[in-house]
Amino acid sequence: MKKAALTDYPLSETRPKNISGPRGLSLDKITLDAIAGGDIEIEDLRISREALLAQAEIARAAGRETLALNFERGAELIDVPQEVIMQTYEMLRPGRVHSCESLAKQAELLREEYGAKIIADFVDRAAEIYRQRGLLDR
Amino acid sequence: MDGVLAHDFDMIDAFIADHHLDVAIAEEAMAMSSDTLARMLVDMHVPRADLVRLAHGLTPAKLADVVSRLNALELAFAYAKMRPRKTPGNQAHVTNAKDDPLQLAADAAVAVGLGFDELETTMRVSRNAWSNALACVVGSVVGRWGALFQCSSEEAEELRIGMAGFTSYAETVSVYGTERSFTDGDDTPWSKAFLVAAYASRGIKARCTSGAGSELLMGFHEAKSLLYLEARCLCLQRGMGVQGTQNGGIDGAPLTATIAGGMREMMAENLLAVWLDLECASGNDARATESEIRVGAKIMPYLIAGSDFICSGFGSIPAYDNSFNASLFNAEELEDYLVLQRDFEADGGLTPLAETTALELRTRAVEALSAVLEELELAHPTPEMKASVIVASGSRETNTFSAGESTRISESIEQRGLTVVDVIRALAKRGFDTEAQNLLNLVKLRVTGDYLQTSAIVRNDRVISAINDANDYAGPGTGYRLTETRRDEIIGIRDTLGQSEVLSAQARHKKAEAKRIVYLEADVAGQGSDTIEVVIGISPAFGLQLFQTTGGHNLSEVLKCLIDGVETTGGIARVVRMHHTADTSFLGLSAAQLSGSGIGIGIQAKGTAVIHSSDRLPHNNLELFSNAPITTLEHYREMGRNAALYAHKQQVDPILVPTQGEALGARFHAQVALIHAIETGLVDPARAPEGVMPKFLDNTNRVSP
Repeated sequence: MKKAALTDYPLSETRPKNISGPRGLSLDKITLDAIAGGDIEIEDLRISREALLAQAEIARAAGRETLALNFERGAELIDVPQEVIMQTYEMLRPGRVHSCESLAKQAELLREEYGAKIIADFVDRAAEIYRQRGLLDR
Repeated sequence: MDGVLAHDFDMIDAFIADHHLDVAIAEEAMAMSSDTLARMLVDMHVPRADLVRLAHGLTPAKLADVVSRLNALELAFAYAKMRPRKTPGNQAHVTNAKDDPLQLAADAAVAVGLGFDELETTMRVSRNAWSNALACVVGSVVGRWGALFQCSSEEAEELRIGMAGFTSYAETVSVYGTERSFTDGDDTPWSKAFLVAAYASRGIKARCTSGAGSELLMGFHEAKSLLYLEARCLCLQRGMGVQGTQNGGIDGAPLTATIAGGMREMMAENLLAVWLDLECASGNDARATESEIRVGAKIMPYLIAGSDFICSGFGSIPAYDNSFNASLFNAEELEDYLVLQRDFEADGGLTPLAETTALELRTRAVEALSAVLEELELAHPTPEMKASVIVASGSRETNTFSAGESTRISESIEQRGLTVVDVIRALAKRGFDTEAQNLLNLVKLRVTGDYLQTSAIVRNDRVISAINDANDYAGPGTGYRLTETRRDEIIGIRDTLGQSEVLSAQARHKKAEAKRIVYLEADVAGQGSDTIEVVIGISPAFGLQLFQTTGGHNLSEVLKCLIDGVETTGGIARVVRMHHTADTSFLGLSAAQLSGSGIGIGIQAKGTAVIHSSDRLPHNNLELFSNAPITTLEHYREMGRNAALYAHKQQVDPILVPTQGEALGARFHAQVALIHAIETGLVDPARAPEGVMPKFLDNTNRVSP
């Protein structure tokens, strides 16, 4: 897909056929009839990696670099199962884990299993700061 | 940064240095004086984009220092210029004291009908989160679609409810300005930033919450200024990449409002948020004061400046039903808010709603939710339950589900793993096709993620945000302006008063008056010769088109009192109808000039009355009752008595009508203007005064002394 520009916003109006849910069902195929027919699951009503990255491009074009980076972190989490997301969130909360290794291991899991490189770096950096601020023993 | 060396950074400093500060801009921006930056904020010739770019290079202390140089007016002006989205919006709280799903659906539909762009619910019993969410989202798609919806609950559960498709945004991602408050709140900047990314990954709009006073409430303010702590929160939020914030002393507003300059501080922190290019739900949320004057004053700058969300929680329900605790504005103050919009021609995001429309929306919402509850075998609301909720103004008036039943519904939704897809299917199956389509449209927002961009809302089936509806304020005639259509909506408040309302109110009294009095019209009134005569000059519409004074007295009784007063004091009363004037002074003077004693009374239909003497100048009367609304029948009787005493040339004590300082102008002037127009409409300058014989018909119509 071509890089999204400000003029592509809103995508729902400019790309109804090209934007799909995570299982590949495009926006214009998500209809009431399809729902009534049982062809649509909640999975189809989620954002796809491509759509979120396109929103990141739009945010960046609008001068919102940090928002774009957040969307890019989010895009990495799209295929990460809910349990792993909740588990990672828990581990990042204060006092949940006591060693750098635990967080490093979680970062490794995210990096290797789900290809979530930015998120993994983010968790590593958190571990470093937590250690400096006494939230972790070592 | 801000006087702290890098190796002494706490977590907040470290996160801000990592993610907020743009080093390429910092040198240029930090070199500018705070005064220069402050002036740029209020200079309409300096584009918003320039200031937003500079903010990327400013530290929290510098940002706080700049906005602290602005006075309240400048803060409001800068806010109007800097807020990201051009079109202002508003957010409602939809909750009730019973966590009753039927009422939630009905109230959500009404809130959407009033124009709220976002609805937020929470529960009295936390386990009811799922049923609250289901009920509100169904109600929110009745009438139109596009109101975003949030269920404020525990962080992990809120995300799961969002994943099931019931909610479209989250705003309880709280951040704090000190490290201790943060960890005490069971989070760190990294855990919250991770949560924000998780929301984005699920296509759910998110904003953070911060605000002055929260650190104070938690006991960890570290002796730093509230504004500085909030600047840290906001730099942190921008660094996290969240699109927006809910700030301006949210839960801390009541505490902040007790501090000198507290309300100004809250305005300053809202300005910081939008300067940092964050969507701002600008507080005006928790009721910061019990003084109605301070409530009105608190809202004014925001109403005039506009805001992405003027309130981050306007209680669309009565205060006792607000499970967040009373808001600055609740259903009780809704009409006042609508009138403020009309007064200032300011778009506060709301539109007056006719009662019949509200009733239709409530009925449809309750029926739609009942269909869903039945179809998904969650509950079977009875006709009595539904009927009581539809007409209720709050949960004190409903006979509905017990708290236990709501909890069972909620647990069942959660345990069975029901999602919004099941709800859409149920609506469609039961013939609620419009609502099913509306709900589908709402959920489809998360597939494209258009509404994840800064300041996004849905208006007229379209996502608008700071991207396609960017605030372009650059002086008069630019930025957000009311269209003619929008102005018509705003000014269309209920219970306005026009001549037809006044005439129809008077018409209600006409029939009753016809049983009490007949005005037998006689010939042109002649000059009297009896020296104890008092002529009572009545106005053109008196008893013909107007039948009650603004004091609520029937004109037959008023006239009877005047006559009684004259006659019991040994005078003779003669009634004359004036046609050439409706002015009190001239009614009185004309009556006096016809009177054999030279003393006359003039009275208008609205009750204003005067005693006049033929030898006096028109506006130099003997006695005047100018405040008709507080003039009693006894006063009119005394006026008759005094007029007779003047005729007898005796010593007279003028009658004083006591006032309690009522704002009679505010209460009556619109009505008076309309009534007087009816009188003047009948004036015929060429027509001479005519005699009138009042015939009092009803003996039981005794005038009480």
